[in-house]
Amino acid sequence: MANLQDLPLLLRARLRLYTWRRVDPVPKARLSRPLRACRVALVTTAGLVPPGLVPFDMDMLGGDFSYRIIPGDIDVSTLQEFHRSETFDHAGIAEDPNLAFPLDRLHELAVSGEIGEVAPRHLSFMGSITAPGRLIKRTAPEAAQLLRDDATDIALLVPV
Amino acid sequence: MCHQAVGLIQAELERRGIVTASVTLLPEITRKIQPPRALALPFPLGYPMGAPNAPALQRGILRDLLALCEVDEVPLLREERR
Repeated sequence: MANLQDLPLLLRARLRLYTWRRVDPVPKARLSRPLRACRVALVTTAGLVPPGLVPFDMDMLGGDFSYRIIPGDIDVSTLQEFHRSETFDHAGIAEDPNLAFPLDRLHELAVSGEIGEVAPRHLSFMGSITAPGRLIKRTAPEAAQLLRDDATDIALLVPV
Repeated sequence: MCHQAVGLIQAELERRGIVTASVTLLPEITRKIQPPRALALPFPLGYPMGAPNAPALQRGILRDLLALCEVDEVPLLREERR
């Protein structure tokens, strides 16, 4: 487990004073079919970007609230990480992007029949968003709808 | 901040009928955000799926997340030792 006590003092002070956005009421969806029939998508906030797409903006005030679509058939090793946070070690993800976006593993679970199929589209955000208003109002609803349009049953989310 | 973004996106997905589960490395923060289903894992920031090039470990974590999706009582924060 990572521990807040391990973070730099200045960051810890900022986190203590920060007003977190609480999800309330907590929404609840129910599976309408067994896992072995479900279409599953991944959502990462590691700032991963497929080749040819615009990188995340490291300097945007309040944090870049945009997202990138990652196709389900992409070669995971071609993803590049553009997360601006200095609070974590970036070496692991550089070595194996599955560490924050386990698409190869999801394909393996589809092959073994544990899930129905890998969704056609997955999502990547850059999680360092200190002012989440535009994420809440604009991009999170838009991105969520996109997975809904793909008839995705389950989304698994991975922060860094 | 990553954990807040995940929780907020997760809520939008769930509101649209998509069942969600997330990894958390900072359960203290996740408790404040209150996403529908989260799995607390004992790994450092930057290593949410455990370790690079560790397919069995990464697959195991995906299986645990999927199992969480079958649970109807939310919010749910499950802590896991590995």
